[in-house]
Amino acid sequence: MLPNKNGYYGQFGGRFVPETLMSAIFELENFYKKAKSDKNFKRELSFYLKNYAGRPTPLYFAKNLSRKFGSKIYLKREDLCHTGSHKINNALGQVLLAKKMGKTRIIAETGAGQHGVATATVCALFGIKCDVYMGTADIKRQSLNVFRMKLLGANVVPVHSGSRTLKDAINEAMRDWVTNVKTTYYLLGSCVGPHPYPEIVRDFQSVIGKETRKQILEVEKKLPDYLVACVGGGSNSIGLFHPFYSDKNIKFIGVEAGGLGLSSGKHSASLEKGKTGILHGTKSFVLQDKNGQILPTHSVSAGLDYPGVGPEHSFYKQTGRASYVSVTDCEALDGFKLLSETEGIIPALESAHAIAYIPKLARKIKKLRFYLCKSV
Amino acid sequence: MTKIEKLLAELKIKNKKALTVFLTAGYPDIKTTEKIILEIEKHSDIIELGIPFSDPIADGPTIQESSQKSLEKKTNLKKIFSIVENIRNRTNIPIILMGYLNPIYRFGLKSFFQKAKKIGIDGLIIPDLAYEENTEIAKLAKKYNMAFIPLVSLTTEKNRAKKIAKSSTGFVYVTAVTGITGARKSVSDDLIPYLTMMRKETKKPLLVGFGISKPEHIKKLKNYCDGFIVGSAVIELIRQKKSVKNFLKGLRCAISNF
Repeated sequence: MLPNKNGYYGQFGGRFVPETLMSAIFELENFYKKAKSDKNFKRELSFYLKNYAGRPTPLYFAKNLSRKFGSKIYLKREDLCHTGSHKINNALGQVLLAKKMGKTRIIAETGAGQHGVATATVCALFGIKCDVYMGTADIKRQSLNVFRMKLLGANVVPVHSGSRTLKDAINEAMRDWVTNVKTTYYLLGSCVGPHPYPEIVRDFQSVIGKETRKQILEVEKKLPDYLVACVGGGSNSIGLFHPFYSDKNIKFIGVEAGGLGLSSGKHSASLEKGKTGILHGTKSFVLQDKNGQILPTHSVSAGLDYPGVGPEHSFYKQTGRASYVSVTDCEALDGFKLLSETEGIIPALESAHAIAYIPKLARKIKKLRFYLCKSV
Repeated sequence: MTKIEKLLAELKIKNKKALTVFLTAGYPDIKTTEKIILEIEKHSDIIELGIPFSDPIADGPTIQESSQKSLEKKTNLKKIFSIVENIRNRTNIPIILMGYLNPIYRFGLKSFFQKAKKIGIDGLIIPDLAYEENTEIAKLAKKYNMAFIPLVSLTTEKNRAKKIAKSSTGFVYVTAVTGITGARKSVSDDLIPYLTMMRKETKKPLLVGFGISKPEHIKKLKNYCDGFIVGSAVIELIRQKKSVKNFLKGLRCAISNF
């Protein structure tokens, strides 16, 4: 079972952080280990996932989309979670953990604002002080979520450095964490960062895949052929994929943000165009120049606009367990329209990337009927 | 014994403390970095050259900005090596490189050590290299007889600090603050007890850095450690085009006057 005790998935992962943070990382690891096998913790989390977040979310058979592409397409409706995305699964889990650890303040980073909103929401629920770091470029393009966070009582801290997006928000959150490590819990929103974060986030998001398995078996009496999901840092996709890891017949497809096209240099396709490197505490595929400086990224969706990716995805890529593709901004917008018009579901721009890959996949596959589950 | 270990042992015999100066390599440009090293080599014991990185998570605004400016001038490891190559026949001062792991990793660890040794670099500090991840790099440092300098922090508990100190082949970098780099008004009250504990646990030299910017800091701590590292305060002077030499003379005075 991955990761190993040093937080490695094959050659990816690990802990690359300033020494000041190591005691906090060990503390987190120990608390998480205990929480994982603690019945009360599990019961409490299930309670909130069900009664507060609204789980299980439906696995919806997309009839019109299926007809259009001659296949059976199911959508895992994470958009129907409280706060409108899968981010609440992880926020609930980690805030319960932070409470157990006796932390009095929570910090988070956010790109699209979905993780920030989920964190602010759970902090409001439990009465914990919350600061959310957000790049000023993202504050501008995701102003509605900034409004929501403030309404929920969180303090949104603008980050002016670098490309002023998710990467820079993580830098600033880590600097805050180094400074206030004794009182503060860092609630990372994606399956990135130093061990044990990629494992913790994956485990809390695995509820997506576990429910999907149960639901598809109930309806179809068999497992799907493909699982498709978008990948930025990769939390929703790892949550969908991981519980199916050992079902080797199921193909995993992660869809990255191709931005203005992979050859333009303006994209966020870390797994396709990145090289092994160390960013934000983990060894993984990273978009970087020949000198090892991190490259600026671009995507129409703020949530995918990140030069790194979770180490478990890098491992899946290297071992061939998953394949990773990308769609451009333009194609993602087509996917956005497609789902809105055929199913009456307006997806997030992030999920629209995965939708946009469906027509491409349908063209590629000769067999007319296949089953596909995709997380919206 | 590495050159850094020898130097620190000599200073100890003379009852002197080491003054280490951090400069962001290539800030404001490569030529100025060369010039400053030659200007201050008589006023410091060790030079620490910072390799600029796009995402310096352990650094405060001063070093972040200097790194950004240096990268805009296209500073890379090759150019930093050229700084040392250009000045090596004019100064023998020990030079340590300090940088985040990714640029060094991208360069290739083995090539990095080969090149660094060849041109006369004496040691390496990697602030985001946790003890658990340091095996390969510590081994290469040993092979090339270069100082591997690990960090401990006020949050590092005793047994771990002992293990970390053991891996050092230069000195132990004790971070004076729980936080990021940058000049501070005062030093933490926890620092003296921490240094006292460290002194008991290891014979390795202890140099204190992060936030050290004033003679008062040095006066307060000098009986508990073997030297100091000043960074952000120096970068700030360079930014304002003020004399680094005079500032160092002031610190030196605080170090040697009892």
